[in-house]
Amino acid sequence: MIVLTILYILLAVSIIFNGLGIIGLHRFPDVYTRLHAATKCTTFGTIFMTFTIMVYGGAMYYWYPAQEQYLNMVIHTFVALIAILVTNPTGAHALARAAHRVGVHPEKAVLDHLADKEEKE
Amino acid sequence: MDDFKRFFSTFLLALGTYLILTFAAGVSIVEGTPLWGYEQLVLAFSVALIVASVTSHILCRKDDFRMLNPVRWGIMLVYLIPLFIEMVKANFDVAYRVITGNIRPGIVRIKPGLEKDLSITLLANSITLTPGTLTVDVDEDKKELYIHWIKVRKNPTETISGRFTKWIRRFAE
Repeated sequence: MIVLTILYILLAVSIIFNGLGIIGLHRFPDVYTRLHAATKCTTFGTIFMTFTIMVYGGAMYYWYPAQEQYLNMVIHTFVALIAILVTNPTGAHALARAAHRVGVHPEKAVLDHLADKEEKE
Repeated sequence: MDDFKRFFSTFLLALGTYLILTFAAGVSIVEGTPLWGYEQLVLAFSVALIVASVTSHILCRKDDFRMLNPVRWGIMLVYLIPLFIEMVKANFDVAYRVITGNIRPGIVRIKPGLEKDLSITLLANSITLTPGTLTVDVDEDKKELYIHWIKVRKNPTETISGRFTKWIRRFAE
């Protein structure tokens, strides 16, 4: 029962933050600010989703020790968690850099050191 | 000696990956525990040997083995705690800006003072995951980062990267 409550809370946090990322994607004005919402919120929400799976698998393994596939699932989810933590910011970085190279400049920007540097070159 | 270290670290990485992915997935040596069977262990060692002998010069290109020190990996795990706290702050920050639309964006240049590729990568990823900042570009010669900041304020280097630079210098520099 307690485990079920924890699972529901973790899943709710995950869905709230993923939804926040989607709202940010619609409300922000340009590609960079949208990447802010898309990276931070989805990474955080997906971390909680992996936590949910790990708690569920751990609890099932604790109750049914013969069912080893639950432990296997926990470990595979942990590997996926590390992969998400490393690749999600890197992907956002690649998108932002590609956008700037193509010539999309941030809207309402008060300063842009990168454009200054590219002009010098 | 360097060749051996290169081979050994690649071997450990390949073996660890194989063992983690096949953990609790088959017949165990000890009855009733979720360990590996004999066949799996033999296969893991032979695959790791082959992988290490073929790809060791690709994984470790430089003659720098500072990351073999386990203390550095321990500090890296501890570093996840302040990073997680900053991520919580980042999400509430994004929520606040989504609702109010209070933004003043700009791309700023910071010079964190880190030298190694690994530490700059870690710093760039940490910056992307923390409140209001997103790494856009890296100047590899001057070791500078270009960062999209959603609310530009004064003194960018200290405000954005000050707290991470201290941590990352401890284990990755």
